[in-house]
Amino acid sequence: MTFFIQLLATGLMVGCVYSLVALGFVLIYRSSQVFNFAQGSLVMLGGYLIWTFMVWIGLPMWLGVLVGLAASGVVGYIIDRFTIRPLIGQPLLSIILLTLGLYVLIDALVVAIWGGGEKAYPQLFSQLGMSLGGISLPYQYIGAFVIALVLFGIFTLFLQRTKIGLAMRAASESHKLAQSTGISVKAIFSWSWVIAAVVAAAGGFLLGNMNGLSLSLSAIGLRAFPVVLLGGVESVRGCIVAGPIVGILEIVGAGYLNQYVGGGMADVIPYVVLVLILVIRPYGLFGETRIERI
Amino acid sequence: MQPTGIRKTSYTTDNAVVHTHTQWAMLIGFLVLLFIAPVFLSGHMMGIISMVCIFVIAVLGLNVLTGLCGQISLGQAAFMGVGAYTTAIMMSKFGISFWVALPCAGIAAGLVGLIFGLPSLRCKGFYLAMSTLAAQFILYWVFMHGGSWTGRFDGTGVPAPTLGGITLRSNVSIYLLIMTITVIMTFFARNLSRTKIGRAFVAVRDNDLAAEVMGINTYRYKLIAFFICSFYAGIAGSLYGVYVGWISPDHFTLMDSIWMLAMLIVGGMGSTVGTIAGVVFLRGVKELAAIGADALATTFPSMATFALGAGTSLVFGLIVVLFLIFEPRGLYHRWQLFKAWYRLLPFPY
Repeated sequence: MTFFIQLLATGLMVGCVYSLVALGFVLIYRSSQVFNFAQGSLVMLGGYLIWTFMVWIGLPMWLGVLVGLAASGVVGYIIDRFTIRPLIGQPLLSIILLTLGLYVLIDALVVAIWGGGEKAYPQLFSQLGMSLGGISLPYQYIGAFVIALVLFGIFTLFLQRTKIGLAMRAASESHKLAQSTGISVKAIFSWSWVIAAVVAAAGGFLLGNMNGLSLSLSAIGLRAFPVVLLGGVESVRGCIVAGPIVGILEIVGAGYLNQYVGGGMADVIPYVVLVLILVIRPYGLFGETRIERI
Repeated sequence: MQPTGIRKTSYTTDNAVVHTHTQWAMLIGFLVLLFIAPVFLSGHMMGIISMVCIFVIAVLGLNVLTGLCGQISLGQAAFMGVGAYTTAIMMSKFGISFWVALPCAGIAAGLVGLIFGLPSLRCKGFYLAMSTLAAQFILYWVFMHGGSWTGRFDGTGVPAPTLGGITLRSNVSIYLLIMTITVIMTFFARNLSRTKIGRAFVAVRDNDLAAEVMGINTYRYKLIAFFICSFYAGIAGSLYGVYVGWISPDHFTLMDSIWMLAMLIVGGMGSTVGTIAGVVFLRGVKELAAIGADALATTFPSMATFALGAGTSLVFGLIVVLFLIFEPRGLYHRWQLFKAWYRLLPFPY
């Protein structure tokens, strides 16, 4: 039983970081209907950018993180301005392939700039953990959990209270209506890419703190997809609920099944979940069922 | 646009693949050239052409699914892997002849493709892309954890096929084998678009609701498209296994699936010629990038990690992104514009 609760707690904390990564994806999808397959790469790139400012340049920790997040935001803007904007109005497949191309390109750039080796952040939280009734919770995980929750709160408030956030929600309803009320839809696209890149970088930083910074981070970032589909692609609320579910299924499944199949269950469970969601409930928990007209 | 002076007097001639005597002569000449090529090609060149042919088969399958039927697959490399492993297991574990294993590999891959095509009952577009992405990761995991059947991380060997007592092991014989099958598969793929099934695919692609209203069973045709697509991948994978002789999970990664999708886009979706052009172009770029990276690494050893680790992917990513921004309809569209231009030559229109 203790083992089960231990896995449950770990899964919950990992899942919250997935939620954060998925939030970036949902923001881009809501405002521009673009499926961003490069989200995982943005996670990795953000992690490496923060590492660069913290360790390589040697800024103090808080400043390094802030500058790293800002740099990621700039990357997000560049991607939107020079690759996504020329493709507005192109068929779905072109845009999917474009983000796949970006995924390959960003991964290759990271290898080219930082090399293939593993990097480590300076200790953010102590290695030790606290113990609650026989369950040990490493401070790294607790820290990541709390930071992810706080960031999530900030972005939810941003979407509901600020002018840009409201404009983003308007654009997600209808581009034409938003444009005719004086909202610059192009600016909204840029904003959503900037924010998506920033939350991706934050996710990269937190995941890097848990598992170390390496090239596998981009594959871990791709696990935001099951989260997005389970929650429903348009739903911010769905992200919050679905992230921990996927995280828990992954960790608990791996904990119990790895001994029978020789490991690696954590890599495959999220995708099995994904196929099941698609067959059983393709619009996710909170997604809208769209009615199509010819 | 038709050449000047060609008039169609019946539906059959209008629907023909090859229109004029010149085109017939060029086609036959080209085929003959392909089959006598081993006489004057080096072993290395034949290897490159064999790989191109294998990928032509796989991407033709993708063209049926994506170009004709409008569904997206991010798992083509994994379905290729299913074909390759089926061939390897049937030939080495059960001693079954290659000529039986080849169609079985196609059918096995086709059935696996059907499973991951099931979500197409209720969703399309991006959702379907996710399902095939899941297929990619799940099948990769199966290859990695298949015990002694798939040889786990190390992979497994594929014996050489035999034909009437002769073992096809040399470069030339494998080249001829692959070329023959490629020509047959291309023939079927080209003709598929003219059949009832092919027309139904195009209707589903253009508007699936309208197609359904017209009486096309959308779900059934989407599943057929998935089966054909994976069948082609399975055949390609089987040939890949025979050609390389040793397969491991790392031959069938998400990256390879993306390469195949990119070949389709760069060449031009929905056309057989475009598909072949795309494969030739991107395989050529891959070879050149590998040579370039080698040269860069030997000239400037300090840049070795950069050039060898990321060079090819960097070039590939750039090409895909630039193509999508500047030539989203692919090489085939450019070729059509060129043909229209020279057929009208003295006049601008």
